[in-house]
Amino acid sequence: MADLRREFVGIKSPNPFWLASAPPTDKEYNVRRAYEAGWGGVVWKTLGEEGPPVVNVNGPRYGAIFGADRRLLGLNNIELITDRPLQQNLREIKAVKRDYPDRALVVSLMVPCEEEAWKAILPVVEETGADGIELNFGCPHGMAERGMGSAVGQVPEYIEMVTRWCKQNTRMPVIVKLTPNITDVRYPAQAAKRGGADAVSLINTINSITSVNLDNFAPEPTIDGKGSHGGYCGPAVKPIAMNMVAEIARSPETAGLPMSGIGGITTWRDAAEFMSLGCGNVQVCTAAMTYGFKVVQEMISGLGQWMDEKGHSSIDDFVGRAVPNVRDWQHLNLNHVTKARISQDDCIKCGRCYAACEDTSHQAISMSADRVFEVMDDECVACNLCVNVCPVEGCITMETLEPGMVDERTGQVVSGEHGDWTTHPNNPSVVAAE
Amino acid sequence: MGNSPHTDGIVAGRISADAVADNFSDLHPPLDDHEALVAADRCYFCYDAPCQTACPTSIDIPLFIRQIATGTAESAAETIFEQNILGGMCARVCPTETLCEEVCVREVAEGKPVLIGQLQRYATDTVMAQGKHPFTRAAPTGKSVAVVGAGPAGLSAAHRLAMLGHDVVMYDARPKGGGLNEYGIAAYKSVEGFAQAEVDWLLQIGGIEIRYEQKLGEAVTLETLQDRHDAVFLGVGLGGVNALRAEGEDKVGVRDAVDFIAELRQADDLTKLPVGRRVVVIGGGMTAIDAAVQSKLLGAQDVTVAYRRDKSAMGASEFEQVLATSHGVRIEFNAQPVRVLGNGKVTGVEFARTTSAGGELAPTGETFEIPADQVFKAIGQTLTTDAGLSVERGKIAVNETGRTSVSGVWAGGDCASGGDDLTVTAVAEGRDAAMDIHATLMGEGA
Repeated sequence: MADLRREFVGIKSPNPFWLASAPPTDKEYNVRRAYEAGWGGVVWKTLGEEGPPVVNVNGPRYGAIFGADRRLLGLNNIELITDRPLQQNLREIKAVKRDYPDRALVVSLMVPCEEEAWKAILPVVEETGADGIELNFGCPHGMAERGMGSAVGQVPEYIEMVTRWCKQNTRMPVIVKLTPNITDVRYPAQAAKRGGADAVSLINTINSITSVNLDNFAPEPTIDGKGSHGGYCGPAVKPIAMNMVAEIARSPETAGLPMSGIGGITTWRDAAEFMSLGCGNVQVCTAAMTYGFKVVQEMISGLGQWMDEKGHSSIDDFVGRAVPNVRDWQHLNLNHVTKARISQDDCIKCGRCYAACEDTSHQAISMSADRVFEVMDDECVACNLCVNVCPVEGCITMETLEPGMVDERTGQVVSGEHGDWTTHPNNPSVVAAE
Repeated sequence: MGNSPHTDGIVAGRISADAVADNFSDLHPPLDDHEALVAADRCYFCYDAPCQTACPTSIDIPLFIRQIATGTAESAAETIFEQNILGGMCARVCPTETLCEEVCVREVAEGKPVLIGQLQRYATDTVMAQGKHPFTRAAPTGKSVAVVGAGPAGLSAAHRLAMLGHDVVMYDARPKGGGLNEYGIAAYKSVEGFAQAEVDWLLQIGGIEIRYEQKLGEAVTLETLQDRHDAVFLGVGLGGVNALRAEGEDKVGVRDAVDFIAELRQADDLTKLPVGRRVVVIGGGMTAIDAAVQSKLLGAQDVTVAYRRDKSAMGASEFEQVLATSHGVRIEFNAQPVRVLGNGKVTGVEFARTTSAGGELAPTGETFEIPADQVFKAIGQTLTTDAGLSVERGKIAVNETGRTSVSGVWAGGDCASGGDDLTVTAVAEGRDAAMDIHATLMGEGA
């Protein structure tokens, strides 16, 4: 049986599934329920400095977009950091950690960009017995207007500075949570590393407006006829998050920097994908908010089953395995030729592949009077759109042409050699180099 | 009254008023908003969709379902009504299991089609509940068209003609419009007076006058209509009933199923409608099933549908057969009536067992009796008048746009050759004939 135990920057947990710092981890009550359900760790919802807590809006905090059957695909929120007193949170953290010593408990922090503020909060957090801290440089709404959250995360120098303050003032591991609301995630990641961060976690939520109410022309969620951009998360952001993870993993400056993957992780498979891109563990929020804490049980069983099937005895066996395969476009093999193949046994004759190819692609699918859809190899550029729009998984696949076969579209014999843009005759840079 | 399912003879009040009301409630209760969204989400928006091809009126089904899914049921209804002005009734009575839903790719893939019929009802009910009529008339053409028969074919033709600017006068033999929608189909498919409500809604287009109790060949002749109007459309249906051609057909208790159904549809109080203890329905089509199931729902103890051929040849769809058997109706296949038994009153029917393998009907030599105190004949309807027009296989001969053998006279629906005897087919034929009449009257036709 696969061993799901993890040690991430020295923090142990029985499995790699942590709850991200967010509404589900705001209180002792919720966190105890999460641990009872099986979550390996929790990042406690962000604490602010001592004093009167922040206040939240008293209208809707969340907006959403949906797929078929009202499946929640994306969620945004305008909730701020914890609105409960610091001392109360600290008491609860201490009590929970005492009762669940085997579970990871990391505390998310956000205080003003002043060394004294960080010096003040670090010891009181350390005193709870928490396993580590996560610096919230990511929240894109509300707190950023006050110079915190993503306002810090968008300035690499600030990230480095605050990270260094924390490393100098606590023995706890420091995880820096990155905002995706930047142009190139590698720079904030490098800054965190320079500041001495033990790890980065990413992504925080994305600036977003989920919808506009067409009766009163107000963005959702709407507070008294007005709305503010909120942080977007859920399954819809997973591709964005995974790219950012991969960029950090394959960048020479940050390669090897431990990462905690966050962004739309909903199933064991999502988690495995993030870890294959170099994440040592993952954090989940929207899936728990959508389905409840029980979802972790599927994540645990699914990951274990897959690892057993693949012969991975521990998570380290596959962490980062996909990183070497993430490449710049210019290094992709242009001599690799595939063609779409439609399984007539599986085809349900909906014709979506035909509509997609005929209207929006390369007119490479034929349709007979009795609705038989077939790929025309002499037109197929292997774009994969038919695969993507087909409602039957596995019905349309891509077949690789073996070297020596003729690509009917180009009339060229398929080469077994690697050939990419860097050496392609159409590339002006190649000509210039000669 | 003290009657029960076990009371001998043809009596009323076999079950309580509450039980009758429950039995005759909506066969498919309408989808609520949530159910409609869930159902609409299952549609794949197929290219050149098989469901649309299978629909005799070619409703753009993927489009109207997408319109429902995006919260615009009113637009969905307009998509439906453009092709089929009786989309509301068709949503209730169409044998969708042999039309659109049979070829739905999700039926093929999963055995569970998108609920096209019920979604169509959701959209059309939404608009009809608002009392809105989505179409307006074109400028008057000064032309007048007679439409004979206010059933599905006639109403469809009349609406299209009125919309195109013609003045329409409808002549119907009965005191109410709607045709088989009002007098024919089973009550649980059209509850709460829907057939009349639909006629009233349809007439909101304007320009249509209906004259009732004007039977063709009696109150009015085709020649008169040709004199009065610029064109004539006949949608008179099949008013006659085939004879059993079995001895004893005239015994007390033997009746045409269509009469029983019409009486049932027009009854104010179903607890006062008599039905036998043991009912035998002879025939294999929708009328037979409708008569049998409704007999059972009125409280008959034993109801048997006797059909002379085998299951595969039965006109009633698999869905209808299951509907019947799930209500406790027994279907006796390969049973050909030989004689109706009884001394004055019917006491049973003697049948000859048949084989029909290979399509050839032959008696096996075996005979058997089924006891009955009421027998319904449902072996097909016939044309009552051909009005002097050419006839083909018992129906008025027409071309694909409904032209008869006489210039200026069109026909459609059950009375005309071509197409199945379905409400939806009649609507398509009425609509298409109207377009051809319009083209002809406006000088665009041949």
